[in-house]
Amino acid sequence: MNEPVVNESVQRMIPQRSQGSFRRLAGSWETLLIFIAVAIFFINVQASPYFLDPWNLSDATFNFTEKAMIAFAMALLIVSGEIDLSVASIIALASTAMGFALQLGADTPLLVLVGLGTGLLCGAFNGLLVASLGLPSIVVTIGTLSLFRGIAYIVLGDQAYSGYPDSFAFFGQGYVWWVITFEMVLFAVAALVFGLLLHRTGFGRAVYAIGNNPTAALFSGIRVPRVKFLLFLMTGVMAGVAAVCLTSRLGSTRPSIAFGWELEIVTMVVLGGVNILGGAGTIPGVVLAAIIMGMVTFGFGLLNVPGIVMSIFIGLLLILVIALPKVLAAAAARLK
Amino acid sequence: MSHSRDVLLGLAVIVLVGVVSLRFPGFAAPGSLAGVFNDSAILIILALGQMAVILTRCIDLSMASNLALVGMITAMINASFPAFPIAGLIVLAILIGGLLGGINGLLVWKAGIPPIVVTLGTLTIFRGLIFVLTDGQWVNAHEMSASYKAFPRAEFLSTPVLSWFAVLTIIGMAVFLTRAPAGRAMYAAGGNPNAAVYAGIDTGKTRALAFVIAGGLAGLSGYLWVSRYAVAYVDVAGGFELDVIAACVIGGISIAGGVGTVVGCVLGALFLGVIKNALPVVNISPFWQLAISGAAIIIAVILNARAEKRPGRLILERAVAAPVANVSRSSAAQRGADSA
Repeated sequence: MNEPVVNESVQRMIPQRSQGSFRRLAGSWETLLIFIAVAIFFINVQASPYFLDPWNLSDATFNFTEKAMIAFAMALLIVSGEIDLSVASIIALASTAMGFALQLGADTPLLVLVGLGTGLLCGAFNGLLVASLGLPSIVVTIGTLSLFRGIAYIVLGDQAYSGYPDSFAFFGQGYVWWVITFEMVLFAVAALVFGLLLHRTGFGRAVYAIGNNPTAALFSGIRVPRVKFLLFLMTGVMAGVAAVCLTSRLGSTRPSIAFGWELEIVTMVVLGGVNILGGAGTIPGVVLAAIIMGMVTFGFGLLNVPGIVMSIFIGLLLILVIALPKVLAAAAARLK
Repeated sequence: MSHSRDVLLGLAVIVLVGVVSLRFPGFAAPGSLAGVFNDSAILIILALGQMAVILTRCIDLSMASNLALVGMITAMINASFPAFPIAGLIVLAILIGGLLGGINGLLVWKAGIPPIVVTLGTLTIFRGLIFVLTDGQWVNAHEMSASYKAFPRAEFLSTPVLSWFAVLTIIGMAVFLTRAPAGRAMYAAGGNPNAAVYAGIDTGKTRALAFVIAGGLAGLSGYLWVSRYAVAYVDVAGGFELDVIAACVIGGISIAGGVGTVVGCVLGALFLGVIKNALPVVNISPFWQLAISGAAIIIAVILNARAEKRPGRLILERAVAAPVANVSRSSAAQRGADSA
């Protein structure tokens, strides 16, 4: 019974990335996702003749672009060892704030500013509680999950805001070129920005360091609370961006907007190979996971499979994809 | 230490009741308070199950889905075989719920998947299965037998059976967690997994057992919920998993594991129950409830963090500024349960 103890402390202290076998595994994770994506693509093509239509595919991207924008920021947050379950509620509050500003006569640029600003403030609030006060983020953000959406309910009750200006519709409904929507461009830009931030900057290295060992990171001169605060800020702002897109796409605000998205976003991040315990994960993985989830939803939708049955599939995918490498590794260890 | 916290929380609940009864004196009447307890009974039962899981440094997000699935199964059995005895149905509900919880437990124990990922997955799977089972159909009140619907309302010693289930769960969990070796093992497995292993405790098995208990209580709540509200459909208790966790957090159960009392947990659930029942009485729109429980969670976490200063962290606190200890503690909470 003594061995597990040693194993646990070793796992905690030594970054998993330094282990050769894990690096190979991490390298093959995106490969695995690509295989899954290609397989789902061909199954979809076989299953429905309407799948390959460019306009259909373009429409289908809406079911993951907004969630993915938040998932990129969330990926960094989870790599750092924290989590934000309040993102969907931030969307609700930001959307409500935009609707409120609309009633006061705000024009499109101001609406966008209000949406992003609300996201920023919510992110700062989470960041303050987690980074500055050192509270566990999973509980804090379950609290703000209730609080932010609760404020939206207090403001709106069973009412809804609508009547957004025509120029505001561009963010969620506009096309940049042919079938390329504005949201797709935002998705690509966000992927690029967060990918570069995580994989090519000192800040990104600090995020990995914190996720692997916050104490060691602090002793190596990384300002851990500051980095975590910034990560919550970024997640809040990305939720604000998603709120602008979603509100623009729906053309109205209800307090129940984006209900339950936080779990889908976390699923997307974890499916993308980000370790929920922190310290490992890549943005390309999250991009692939977003596309896979989008294709599964769209393909099942074309086959008239109800959304709730799709969610069984996503749930199974989540557990299997996480369990598979562990089971394989255990089998490999037994063979040795 | 945590006992004084329970006293404070108890006082907070009493003050809350007092403030409400200033506006509406009848609220503090024994009959009214018994009604509040009866109304919070299911939340109390679920929160006690969740408490066992959180004590071992895990979390169960699938409890509400488990409740809905088992509730639907009991409703369907009752609709098809009205003669099936209610007692058998309750035993069956606990067994199926425990089995579903066991799936979570096995995945955490044997496959070594973090509990938050496992239960995030089973949350959607369990609820999806209800749809597969029913094709989206409801089981309505007129399809249920009279005894099925009447049982939780039936009175024993002028108290509804629903309340008695909560009382029995409270007593059972209190005895189990303070007297039974397996219950003490839950505190040990969550408080310090390494030390627990050296003390001869199988932390993986302990965690799996906690999930089975939570699942069994969710299954029991499934029957109670569906029979009380006399309707079963896919979205029964949707989002209720967060209320359950909120009750635990307000009750002082540390998300980092190993800390918490049954009394605190029950008071946390009652706190939310009082708020829910008080809002309409004092003429505040029920739309305020979500924000109030959110604020209560945040305040509770801040208070918990102050109460949870552990002597084991002292070296770190002295060596560097205070936030360091906080950082390592919050990351310990995040890491949850990765011992398997």
